[in-house]
Amino acid sequence: MTDGIRGRAHVYGDNIDTDRIIPGKYTKTLDVQSLAEHVLEDLDPAFRTRLQQGDVLVAGNNFGCGSSREQAPVALQAAGVAAVIARYFARIFFRNAINIGLPVLEIPDHDIAQGDELEVDLVSGTVRNCTSGKVYQANPLPEVMLRILQSGGLVNYLRTNKTF
Amino acid sequence: MGNMTIAEKILFQKTGRKVRPGDIVIAPVDGVMATDTTAPGALKAFEKMGGQRVWAPEKCALVIDHAAPAPNERVANLHRLMRDFSREQGIRLFEIGEGICHQVMVEQGYVRPGYLFIGADSHTPTYGALNAFACGVGSTDLAAVLLTGQIWLKTPATLRIRCHGQLRTDASPKDLILFLTGKVGISGATYMSVEFEGEVFRNMSLAGRLCVANMTAEMGAKTGFVHPEGLQLPYPFEPVEPDASASYAQTIEVDIGNLPPQIAAPESPDNVHDIDRYLGTPVHYGFIGTCGNGRLEDLRAAARILRGKRLAEGVRLVVAPASRSVLLDAMLDGTAHTLVAAGATIITPGCGPCVGSHEGVPADGETVISAANRNFRGRMGNPRAQIFLASPATVAASVVAGCITAPPPNLDH
Repeated sequence: MTDGIRGRAHVYGDNIDTDRIIPGKYTKTLDVQSLAEHVLEDLDPAFRTRLQQGDVLVAGNNFGCGSSREQAPVALQAAGVAAVIARYFARIFFRNAINIGLPVLEIPDHDIAQGDELEVDLVSGTVRNCTSGKVYQANPLPEVMLRILQSGGLVNYLRTNKTF
Repeated sequence: MGNMTIAEKILFQKTGRKVRPGDIVIAPVDGVMATDTTAPGALKAFEKMGGQRVWAPEKCALVIDHAAPAPNERVANLHRLMRDFSREQGIRLFEIGEGICHQVMVEQGYVRPGYLFIGADSHTPTYGALNAFACGVGSTDLAAVLLTGQIWLKTPATLRIRCHGQLRTDASPKDLILFLTGKVGISGATYMSVEFEGEVFRNMSLAGRLCVANMTAEMGAKTGFVHPEGLQLPYPFEPVEPDASASYAQTIEVDIGNLPPQIAAPESPDNVHDIDRYLGTPVHYGFIGTCGNGRLEDLRAAARILRGKRLAEGVRLVVAPASRSVLLDAMLDGTAHTLVAAGATIITPGCGPCVGSHEGVPADGETVISAANRNFRGRMGNPRAQIFLASPATVAASVVAGCITAPPPNLDH
C-alpha cells in the first residue's frame, strides 16, 4: 500500500456499472494491460488519454454495480488509477478493490470537481482537496479490510497469515 | 434464538455466534463455485497465495458457461487452465454445454437450504430461492475460500418485501421481480439481505423463485431469500424461516394483484415501466435464457406463444437453455421443436449472449428484447445497441409481432 497519493480527480456520476468500467467482452483474459486498454471505454472514450499515472477516480453513488468481475478494479489499477473515491460503492466491487490492493474511499458528502488536485492519506482516511482547500474524512474500513489493504491485498495477506 | 432474520439465522448456525447487522463474521463455507470469467483469476491468486490443495474438493465446483464453447484461442486457453486445475485438485468441472453455473449448482445439489454458499458470480444470490445464504464475490475472495474454506462477511441488515395478492394470468415471476427492482432501485438494497414473502410465493415454482431471488443482485443486495413456505425440492430439507419477531431495517408492502407485464428500458434494470409505455417499439432480436429465465417453464411459456407461428420478418430469436437437463426436457416434451419450427436458434446451454462474449452480439442501432437480467450499455457486446428486459412470454410475443407486445394470458399457471 502506498501512503502518499497525489493526483488529479476524474469525476463521474452515479451507478457506474462494471460493464461501463470494463465491458464483458474484454474480461476473458489474464493480461492486465489488455484490460487497461479498454477501461471505461463505453463511458468516456477519452479517459485513457487524459489519465495520468497516480490520478484518482471520483464517483457518486453505487460505483461498480453489476457483475462480480474483479477485472473492473484490475483494469483501473493497471491503467494507472491510484485510488477510487465514491459516495458509496457496490459491495462486490468494494471487496474486489481492497483484495487487489486498490484503495477505495467511501466519502458520502464529497463535492470534488473535475480536475481538482487531491491528496489521499490512506492511514488516516483523509482526502485533501488542494484545489478547494477542503478536507474530507472517509468512512472507516472494517478492521479485517484494513489489514488486507495494509498487506497490499488478499494474496499477500494470506501468503503471510495462511488464514483470516 | 427468537428474533432473527433468515440471513442472521444462517450466520448464527454457521458461526455459533448471535450476530447483529454490521457485525463482521468469519464463517465456514458449505460450497463454492467459479466460472470461466472468474475462475482463471482465482486460480492464479490461489497459486500466488501459496495454495497447494483446495480445502475440500468435494465442496468446490468450476463451471465453463460464460463463453462456452470457446470463441477464440485466448478463451480456449483459460478453459484449459480450469480443466487442468480441476483434474489436479479432484474438483468437479462442469464442461461446456452442461449449463449456467447457477442452474447446475441447484440441479446437482451443490447448494441446499441453510448453506452458506460463495460464488464468483454476481448472480449467486439466486440460491436464496432454496433458502441458502448465497453471496457473490470476485476472483481473489474466491481463491481465499478455496484455500481456507472460510470467508469474512459483514452481517447484512434485511429489507423485507411483502407482496399482497396473486399475479394476473398475463404476468409472471419475472414481471414481479422487474417491478420490485424498479421500486427498490439499483442500489436500494446495497449491502443488505432481502426477504420476499406473501401468498404469491406459496405456490410459486422453484423456477419462479430462482428468477425472483436472481434479481436481488440488481438491487445491490448481498443475498436474498424467498420465504420457504411451499418450497418443493427433490430431497428432504429443513426450511430456514425468519422468526416472527425478527428485526428488519425496512419493510415494503406491495400490492401485486393487478400488476401488468413489466419492462426494463435501457440502460438499467431498475428503469422499469408497465409494458404499455413501450408497446409498438420495433425489435430486431429476441433472447430467452440466462440464470434469470432459461428454465423449462420459461421455454414452455415462449413455446406456448410461438406454436404454429413464425418470427416476424427481419427478427431473430436466440434461445439458450439454462442447462443440458433443461434442453433435454425441452426436446422430450416438444418445446424445443416448437421453438425451432417458429424460427428460433437454440444455442449451447450456458450464459449465451448475455455477457456480450459470443453467440449473438447485436448490431449498431438494434433493439433487443431479452429475458436476461441486465441491460447496461454494452452489456451484450455493443454499446450502440439498446436492450429491453422482460419475461420470456413478452419476448416471444414481441418477436412474433416484430415490436414490443404484451403477452396473452397464460391460463395454465
